Amino acid sequence: MCRLRVDWLVRHVLGLLAVVAGGLVLVIVWYLFQGAKPALESGLPRRFFGDPEWQPGSVRDPQYGLVPMLAGSFLVTVFATALATPLGIAGAVFYQFYVPARVSRWNLRCMELLAGMPAVVLGFWGLMVVVPAISRLEPPGQSLLAAALVLALMILPIIALTSQAALSAVPLSHLQAAAGLGIGRAGMIWNIALPAAKGGIGSGVLLALARAIGETLVVVMLCGNIAQIPGSVFDPIRPVTSTIALEMGYATASHKALLYAGGLILVLVIGLLVGGLSFRRKPNHNTVH
Amino acid sequence: MTSLISSRFTTRRSRVQDWLFGGIGAIASLVTLGALGWILADLVKMGLPHLSVEFFTADMKSAGREGGIGPMIVSTFLILVCFLFPAIPLGVGCAFWLSEYVQGGSRIARAVTGGVDLLASVPSIVFGLFGMSFFCQVLGLGFSILSGGLTLTCMVLPILVRTTLSAMTSLPPDLRPAAGALGLTRATTLWQILLPAALPGIMIGITLGVGRALAETAALLFTSGYSTRWPESIHDSGRAISVHIYDLAMNIPNGGGKASASALVLLLMILAINLVASLLADRCLKSQYIS
Repeated sequence: MCRLRVDWLVRHVLGLLAVVAGGLVLVIVWYLFQGAKPALESGLPRRFFGDPEWQPGSVRDPQYGLVPMLAGSFLVTVFATALATPLGIAGAVFYQFYVPARVSRWNLRCMELLAGMPAVVLGFWGLMVVVPAISRLEPPGQSLLAAALVLALMILPIIALTSQAALSAVPLSHLQAAAGLGIGRAGMIWNIALPAAKGGIGSGVLLALARAIGETLVVVMLCGNIAQIPGSVFDPIRPVTSTIALEMGYATASHKALLYAGGLILVLVIGLLVGGLSFRRKPNHNTVH
Repeated sequence: MTSLISSRFTTRRSRVQDWLFGGIGAIASLVTLGALGWILADLVKMGLPHLSVEFFTADMKSAGREGGIGPMIVSTFLILVCFLFPAIPLGVGCAFWLSEYVQGGSRIARAVTGGVDLLASVPSIVFGLFGMSFFCQVLGLGFSILSGGLTLTCMVLPILVRTTLSAMTSLPPDLRPAAGALGLTRATTLWQILLPAALPGIMIGITLGVGRALAETAALLFTSGYSTRWPESIHDSGRAISVHIYDLAMNIPNGGGKASASALVLLLMILAINLVASLLADRCLKSQYIS
């Protein structure tokens, strides 16, 4: 019966590994919550929205206003997604309907290269090229605009790749039927292909949005890192992610708890986005196929 | 219906629309590919003059403005080893259990896959925050290569689970009853039949995971540390290449040249990894056609 005992052992060891892998996210969230607890308990949440400034290190009069950071995260994310979405979808339409498949395959390779580009390399390039260019227009250069431009470049391949996959999943018979009715290529794209691929394209955009909220390196290198609500796109900002990256090295006590709270907010927002996505995906499959 | 009857492919309006759509698409694609080309050209232009054999082997000098990235390459390699050692059994084991020992739709299977998917959506800086206080402080590993590797394990785990799982589910379904008919136990079937058959797919997952780990900076900033000495063990602090680029770009004036050269090295490593993955994928497809 030795073989059966081995079988039992393998089953339980694999089960243990699976529970560890699946439970890891709970451990992380619980850990963040424990870390953020001092900040949540001591009445600080009121000050998150009440205090006008972010000066958590100040001994005399610490200020815990989170609003500038949340506004920074929101603005840079929305700005970057708004830039990347039309470019990504238009490019996907072009390569799906206007270009032979042989050429289209090379574009796919390039998009994968762009998607695999390390954030730190993009941030470095932005610092060497984009920031000086913007600074010539309007100093200081490190700004909402610089971070959003490079961030858009970073999330563009996500939108382009998912959009093209969604467009190529539109049943050929629908397109042939459109052609049989004498509808031109543009009309077919606008009236048949895009509406049928709407769900897939939408999930791609949401995925890109989630990626942009959590992105750290590009933002920390390019946004200027001043906690304020920007008056124009040329003003520096300081999103939640770069605040964590810059301050977790030295933060102590309630300041540190605040960083955990920031991390918790990020995880919850992105979790909601991605969780909502997986709920959406099911009905979608039924309508397309 | 009248609109359908009146429209013909050759109407002037539909031709103009066709041109318009094509033009917009071409411009969007030019902008995207142009930006990619611009980035690559800049990196090559700034970085290539600094590349030499010594750059790969030499010590860093003058805070990174001179010298090479020898210690960073060794640290990066050690971080990868520390990341793969726990990640492979954890990721592959989890996928094996999900595909072979539980029903796909059961509550526990859905809970585990849901947990893994959520883990995939956690931003890397949060892994850094978690790793710094859990591995470095609570477990007492300090700023070390080991802490960095373990943090990356948490981050890249979902990729491994997902790719292994899809490799397992794409195996021919009659393998399992055939092995059962031969009197093999489930463990033997898994080890002798299914694992070898799914190995190319699993290797794709591992190479993709390595590519992701190489590109990562935020999770390593405060776990594996900034030290630029040659690491003597995995308990030493060591600076990964990505962290080196970040430090040169942000904190060292005139560090741009060496940073571009380091970025070029990192990019080439990632390209090589991706090439391996796509070659594996090709072989995977071929073997599926044959069987």
